[in-house]
Amino acid sequence: MSVQAAYKPMTRREMAARLADDIPEGWYVNLGIGAPLQVADYVPEEREVVFQSENGVLGMGPAPAPDKINRWLINAGKQYITLRTGGSYMHHADSFALIRGGHLDLCVLGAFQVAENGDLANWSTSDNESAPAVGGAMDLASGTRNLWVIMDHTTKTGESRLVRRCTYPLTAVGCAKRVYTNLAVIDVTDEGFVVRDMVRGLTLKELQDVTDAPLHMAKQ
Amino acid sequence: MINKIVQSMADAMAGIKDGSVILVGGFGSIGQPNALIAGLIERGAKDLTIVANNSGIGHVGLAALLETRRVRKIVCSFPRTADPVVFEELWREGAIELECVPQGTMAERMRAAGAGIPAFYTATAAGTKLAEGKEEREFNGRAYILEEALRGDVALVEAWEADRWGNLTYKSSARNFNPVMATAADLTIAQVQHIVELGALDPEMIATPGIYVDRVVHVPYGEPTVT
Repeated sequence: MSVQAAYKPMTRREMAARLADDIPEGWYVNLGIGAPLQVADYVPEEREVVFQSENGVLGMGPAPAPDKINRWLINAGKQYITLRTGGSYMHHADSFALIRGGHLDLCVLGAFQVAENGDLANWSTSDNESAPAVGGAMDLASGTRNLWVIMDHTTKTGESRLVRRCTYPLTAVGCAKRVYTNLAVIDVTDEGFVVRDMVRGLTLKELQDVTDAPLHMAKQ
Repeated sequence: MINKIVQSMADAMAGIKDGSVILVGGFGSIGQPNALIAGLIERGAKDLTIVANNSGIGHVGLAALLETRRVRKIVCSFPRTADPVVFEELWREGAIELECVPQGTMAERMRAAGAGIPAFYTATAAGTKLAEGKEEREFNGRAYILEEALRGDVALVEAWEADRWGNLTYKSSARNFNPVMATAADLTIAQVQHIVELGALDPEMIATPGIYVDRVVHVPYGEPTVT
C-alpha cells in the first residue's frame, strides 16, 4: 500500500506568493537577499507597498529591461533594479538609521533556524568554514517591527528548522514574529509556535512529526 | 581662492603614510573609487587597515590592493561578494585580519566619528557572538551593546560631480557609504566623473558639503561594468 503523502509542499514561488498576500498596502518593507526578494513579484502594483534596499534605495522597483539599465542602481543583492515613481536615495548611515530606528513595518529574511522564543539564526552555520560575513542581517533582524522568515520547514536531510533553541550562531534574540515554510504559516508567540495555516491535506500531527519544537493550533 | 582640485594622482595621494586606517566607499563595485585605490597601490603605503563593506571582486579595485599584501586588516560587513578570490586566499593563510561588523553598525560607527560621538549603544548584535567582549547595558528592558566610533586617517570616496570647493553630488545607489565616510576621516579624497564651475551645483542637491572634502581628482571613467 502506498504511503504517499496526501499533501504537496509549496514551491519557493508559492511560498513567496503566500507571504505577499499578507502584506498590507502602505507598508515599508525590506526583503532579504535570495528567496525573500521574490516576494516583490507577487505584490500587485496597485497595492502600494514600498520596498527598501539597505544600500540606500527606498522605493525599489523591478529589474530593468536590458536596454534600460542604470548601472549605478543596484539592490543589496547587487542586481540591477529600477526606482519606482516616488522613490528616493539616501546614504548608508541614513539607510541603516531607518532600519535600526524601527521605521520599517516589515523585514523578510531567510534562515537556517528559528526558535520558539523568536531567536533567529541566519548568518553562519559554523565558526570556521569560511570568513564570517554578516552584512545587514543583524541590523534588520533587531531593528524591524515585524520580522517574517521564509524558509523550508526542514533541512535537505529532514531536520527541523523550527527548533526549541537555535544551535547555530544567533542573528538576533527574540526577533522572529512569523515563519512561512513550504508546509505552513506559523506565528511566534509568548506561548511558542502557533500554526495559522497549513498546505491542503496536511494534518497537525504530520506537521508536528517534522517539527522539533511543539506546535499549537491557532484558535479559530 | 579655495581650489581642492588636484591635477595628478600623485598629488591626490601625497602624505598617506604606512599604518594608515583608510575608509573606502562603495557597495560591491558601485561607488567604489577604483582610480584612487590604484593611486594608493602606486603610492606604496603598507601595513594598512581598510574599512569597506566588501572585500573586492576578482583581481580589480580593492582586490588588487589586497593582492599587494600591504593590508594588515580589513573592517568589513560582508567579505563574501561574488568572486572574493584574493581575500579568501589571504584569510585562509592568516595573512589578513578580519573584523566582521554588522553593516549598520559599521555605517553608524563612522557617522559617530564624523559627528564627534566617541561611542554609542545599539541593539544590533546584542546577544550574538559579535557582541563578545563588548559592554552590554539594558535600557527599558532591552539589551544594547556599546560600539565605538570608527575614524579613518584617510577616506577614499567616489562621487558624480564636484566643484573646486569640494561640494559633491552622487549618482543613484552609488551614494552608499561615500557621504558618511567623507565625514569620518582626517583626509578625504574624492574621485569624480564631472568637475563643474563653482555655483553650477544646485545647493539643494549637494549631498556632501565641501567642508568634508580635502582633495578632488577628475576621473571620467564612464559606466561601471560590474556590480
